[in-house]
Amino acid sequence: MILHALLLAAEVHVFAAASLSDALKQIAASYERQSSDRIVFNFGSSGMLARQIEEDAPADLFVSADEARMNSLAQKGLVDPKTRVSILSNSLVIIGTADLEKADRIAIGDPATVPAGTYARDYLRKIGVWDRVQPKLIPLENVRAVLAAVESGNADAGFVYRTDAMIGHARVAKEITNGPAISYPFAVTTHAESRDAARRFLNYLKSKRAAAVFRRYGFIVR
Amino acid sequence: MSDFSVVSLTVRTATLAAILMAPFGIAIAWLLARRQWPGKSIIETVVALPLVMPPVATGLILLKTFGRRGPIGKPLHALGIDIVFTWRGIVIAMAVMSFPLLVRASRIAFEEVPLRLEQIARTLGASPMRVFFTVTLPLAKRGVIGGILLAFARSLGEFGATILVAGNIPGRTTTVATAIYSSVQLGEDDAAYRLLLFAVVVAFAAVWTAEALNRRRYRLRT
Repeated sequence: MILHALLLAAEVHVFAAASLSDALKQIAASYERQSSDRIVFNFGSSGMLARQIEEDAPADLFVSADEARMNSLAQKGLVDPKTRVSILSNSLVIIGTADLEKADRIAIGDPATVPAGTYARDYLRKIGVWDRVQPKLIPLENVRAVLAAVESGNADAGFVYRTDAMIGHARVAKEITNGPAISYPFAVTTHAESRDAARRFLNYLKSKRAAAVFRRYGFIVR
Repeated sequence: MSDFSVVSLTVRTATLAAILMAPFGIAIAWLLARRQWPGKSIIETVVALPLVMPPVATGLILLKTFGRRGPIGKPLHALGIDIVFTWRGIVIAMAVMSFPLLVRASRIAFEEVPLRLEQIARTLGASPMRVFFTVTLPLAKRGVIGGILLAFARSLGEFGATILVAGNIPGRTTTVATAIYSSVQLGEDDAAYRLLLFAVVVAFAAVWTAEALNRRRYRLRT
């Protein structure tokens, strides 16, 4: 039996948005207790991960924090459209001070690669303050770097997901209720080495048990 | 943001880093070469650390030290001077990371100066300070300049500590190294290649000049 399980055991390489790191690690830990598969994570900004997948990085499952990055991979035929599913949502909050006029440094994810930054930019444009706050923006590597910058006091305000703020110690200064719709698409890659194992893990991510964990971390499960 | 402004910022910060560290580096190199003092081997090791430690680890130490709540960053912030996420952060990261190169080269250069010449100058009534500036330093000049050049060249390419301490803010703290990184992440390979060319040319020139200075030194001696 054990030998059988070992022979079937696969390593699933999951490339996932940094905002999901805590929830996914916990889900993977409970998944590994019931499966012989091993889950290996690569967390980062969705833009950076999408680029790595374009350059043939060994990803079996990709989880983006926005539809745009997943779309760009889909157009290049790098993810299997049949497996694509968007099951999670989130919302944006401002941490530190909500007074963006007074803040002299506002940390956001780099809008070019970090969905949280793209969402923040869209929101700032929508409320018409983008041009004024732009010179004060500190674009960072991923959304968790924004959390760290505000927590360490090196930035006065920052845009993160509500779920990041729940993990960190930074004060939520404002919940953004009229922000852009946030959606996390999941898909198995077309060049996945552990395609079947990736599908098994994706199915588990869609299960009620996984949903409970996502909810506990503050995500909105659709 | 043009290539020119990125290159210009990089060259200016690296120059400033070289100017700032030169007096300290030369003084420490001389103390290591010519004097015995308690704790010498400790300082010798500490000075070499940035050469072998992961650059991001050095960056983390600098971030915690110079951050707005850090032991040095806090009083500076009270004076209205911010280090983290500014060009000053780049200068500090560059100086600390390339310091060992300057110290090593200068120390070897000082050790090669015949002690006898210094002793003769002393017996003729010159003060230790005068001996250093009129005998030791002129004789070690080539090695010291070579060391400053190498340290300057190393500074131009500093990445790991810089990205933590100064970030990668377009037009404000983006250096050649961080610009190459973000260009590659965005799939803008042409922009990356242009900066790569600059990096290769400057590195080649600096190492070649430093080696040429070394060769002259050996020829003069033999």
